[in-house]
Amino acid sequence: MSKLINVSSSPHVRNNVATKNLMYDVAIAMLPATVWGVMQFGIYSLVVIVATVLSCILSEYVYETLMHKPITISDGSALVTGMILGLNMPPTIPLWMPVLGGVFAIIVVKQLYGGLGQNFMNPALAARCFLLISFAGSMTRFTDPVADVIASATPLATIKAGGEYDVAAMFIGRIPGTIGEVSAIALLIGAAYLLYKKVITIRIPGTYILTFAVFAFIFGQQNINYVLAEVFGGGLIFGAFFMATDYVTSPITPKGQIVFGVCLGILTGLFRLFGGSAEGVSYAIIFCNILVPLIERVTLPVAFGKGGKKNGGK
Amino acid sequence: MGLSTFIGGVHPFEGKELSSDKPIQVIEPKGEMVFPVAQHIGAPAKPLVAKGDTVLVGQKIAEAGGFISANVICSVSGTVKGIEPRLVANGAIVQSIIVENDGAYKAVEGFGQKRDYTKLSKEEIREIVKEAGIVGLGGAGFPTNVKLAPKNEEEIDYIIVNAAECEPYLTSDYRLMMEQPERLIGGLKVILHIFPKAKGVIGIEENKPEAIQKLSELVKDEPRIEVCPLKTKYPQGGERFLIYAVTGGREISSAMLPADAGCIVDNVDTVISIYNAVCESTPLIRKIITVTGDAVANPQNFEVRLGTNYQEVLAAAGGFKTEPEKMVSGGPMMGQALFSLDIPVMKTSSALTCFTKDEVAANEETPCIRCGRCVSVCPEHIVPVMMMAAAERNDLEQFEKMNGMECCECGSCTFICPAHRPLTQAFKEMRKSVMAARRKKA
Repeated sequence: MSKLINVSSSPHVRNNVATKNLMYDVAIAMLPATVWGVMQFGIYSLVVIVATVLSCILSEYVYETLMHKPITISDGSALVTGMILGLNMPPTIPLWMPVLGGVFAIIVVKQLYGGLGQNFMNPALAARCFLLISFAGSMTRFTDPVADVIASATPLATIKAGGEYDVAAMFIGRIPGTIGEVSAIALLIGAAYLLYKKVITIRIPGTYILTFAVFAFIFGQQNINYVLAEVFGGGLIFGAFFMATDYVTSPITPKGQIVFGVCLGILTGLFRLFGGSAEGVSYAIIFCNILVPLIERVTLPVAFGKGGKKNGGK
Repeated sequence: MGLSTFIGGVHPFEGKELSSDKPIQVIEPKGEMVFPVAQHIGAPAKPLVAKGDTVLVGQKIAEAGGFISANVICSVSGTVKGIEPRLVANGAIVQSIIVENDGAYKAVEGFGQKRDYTKLSKEEIREIVKEAGIVGLGGAGFPTNVKLAPKNEEEIDYIIVNAAECEPYLTSDYRLMMEQPERLIGGLKVILHIFPKAKGVIGIEENKPEAIQKLSELVKDEPRIEVCPLKTKYPQGGERFLIYAVTGGREISSAMLPADAGCIVDNVDTVISIYNAVCESTPLIRKIITVTGDAVANPQNFEVRLGTNYQEVLAAAGGFKTEPEKMVSGGPMMGQALFSLDIPVMKTSSALTCFTKDEVAANEETPCIRCGRCVSVCPEHIVPVMMMAAAERNDLEQFEKMNGMECCECGSCTFICPAHRPLTQAFKEMRKSVMAARRKKA
C-alpha cells in the first residue's frame, strides 16, 4: 500500500448531524415568526433583526480575532443568538439599543465565560433583560398592528388590568408585542419543525406550558379563555420552544428537563400573576438557567443494572 | 412496537446489503499459519509444540494457561517453524506458534467423528468444549467452558443465542443462520442438555426477517426453543441489553455476570462451534469473516482457517477497489483500526471492514453544546458528558463516581455527538487507568 492509513480508536463512523446543522435548524424554525413579525410591524422590524444578527456575529468575530481564538461564526450559534434577541425587541426600538444588546450577549454573557457551551445563561435573554433594566421605556413601547398606534398595552397587561381580550387574535398574532413573540401559530409551526427534526424534545416546552397553564388556572381565573390568553398572549410560546430549550443553559438529563420545565412554569406564573409586571418568561428562564447545575445533580439517571429490576421476575 | 429492545441506542448506517446475500465461501490458506497463544480473555496458553514438530489438523498446540484461558488448536497439518512474537489485530505483539502448512490437511485420530450428545454428561460436554478451545466468538473471547459452568447452575433459566448482529456491515452471523441453521439449533440443544430447566431463546434483530422466518420454522416443534425478534438498534447485541430485551427487564451491572440474572449468552458462531465440537468432534479451527466496506472489490463472507493471514482473506475478496483510508478489524462501531494486514485470523476476528473515507478525520471536534444526546442514547444510562469532564481533568475518582466503569465502550455517544467529541476514546483510556490504579491498590 502506497498511502498512509488512518488509525484511531473506535467508533469509526459518525452521525452526520453536526452542531452547525442544529443551529441552522433553529434559525430556520424562527423564520415563520420572523416573517409574520415583519408583515405585522413593517420593514423597520426587519432592520432591527438584521442589526442584532450582525451585531452578534461581528462581536464574536472581533472578540475571537483579538483573543487569537479560532473564528467560530460559521457554527451558527451567533446567528441564532442574534435572531432570538431581534425577535425579542419591540418593533420601534432605537437601533443602537439592539446593537448594544448583541454586543452584550456575545461578549459579556457568552465569550467572557469561555464561548460556546460555557455560558450559564441564555445570551440573548440575558441581553434582553439587560436592555429591559437599562431602557425600560423603549423596551416596553409596543405598537398595535391592527390600530397602528404606538404605545399600546400588550394583551397580558390588558388582562392584568382587567380589560377585554381576544384569544383568536393572540393565536394568529394580531396583537402588540415584541417582533417575534406575537403569533402563536407561526411559532408553533417552527416548533413543530424542531420537534420533527429532533432538534428539541417536547420535555421542556411541554412541561413548561402545562405547568404554567395549571398554575394560571388555579391562581388566576378558572376560565379556559383566560388560561389560553395567558398561554398565547405573551412570550410563553416563544420562550418555551426557542429559549428554554437552549442546550447550553438547560439540563442534559431527561428527568432534569422535566424538573426544569416545571420550575419555569411555576416561576413564570409567580412573576405574571403575583409580580409587578405582566410578563415573566424572560426572567423565569434566566433564573432557572442558574438552577441547572443543581437540577442536574439531583436528576442523574440510575445506571443500567444499578438499581433497576435485577433478576427480573425472580 | 411490541418488539423487545432496550432504552437508548443509535441507528448507524447498516451497510449490510454489501455482503448479506452472498453465500459463505471456503478459502484455503496458502502461506504460513500464525497461532497467537493469547486470542482469548485470560491467561495466555502455553505452547505444547517446539520448532520442527509435525502437527496435524485438530491437534492441541497450546494448552490453557489457567482457569480463565483457552487451548489453541492447529487448523492445518505441517511443521512448526518456530515460536516468535507476531503482530495481532489489536496492535499488540503476541507470542505465536508459526506453522508451515503442508496442504495435506491430515487430521488427528477421531477428527470429525459423529457423537450423540444426549449420551454425554454435563462434565463431558464441558470438557469437550474446553478441549476444543472454544471462546466467545462475538469478540470478547471469554472461555466458553467457564461460561457453561456457572456457580448457580440450578438458577439458569435462559440460554440466549446472541444473533442480534447489531454491528453495522457485519453479516457473518446472518449467513450462518441462513446456511447452517440446523447446526445452530443443534448447538443450542447441547447447551440446553446441560441446563435442563432453561429455555433457549434466539434473539435476532428484525432487519434479518429471512433468518427470523427460517429459524422460527425450524424450532416450531421444539418446546424449549423460541425465536425472539428484536428491534433493530445498536447496541442490541451487547450482552446486557440483549438479556434485558429477551428476559423482559433483567438488568446486570458491569460487576455482574449474565448468570447472576439466570442467563447464559452465546454468540451464533460460538453455539455452532459447540455443535461442531460436541457432535462432530471438530474443535475450533475455522472462523467466518465478513470482508466488506466501500473500498473492497467484492464484499462477501469467507470461512477461513484460524491462523490465515488477513492479506489472503482480502485477496479472496478481490482486493481493494479503491485505496482505503481506514481499515478495521471488526465493524465500524467497536472494531480495531489496523495499520497492517500482515496479521492472522484469530478466534475473536469477525470482519475486515475497509473504508475509502475516514469519517473520524473528516469531522473536526468542536466545543460541547450540552445538547444531551449522549445521555439519551447511552444504553448504560450513564452521563457521558459528565464523565468526559472528569476525563479531561484526569479525575479517576470522579470518573468512577459517575459510573464510568459501567461504560461498555459501545460508541453510541461518540457516534451521536454533534460536536464530534472523542467520548468513547477518552473513556477507554480512563477505564484502563482506573483498572491499573485498582491493581496497584490490591
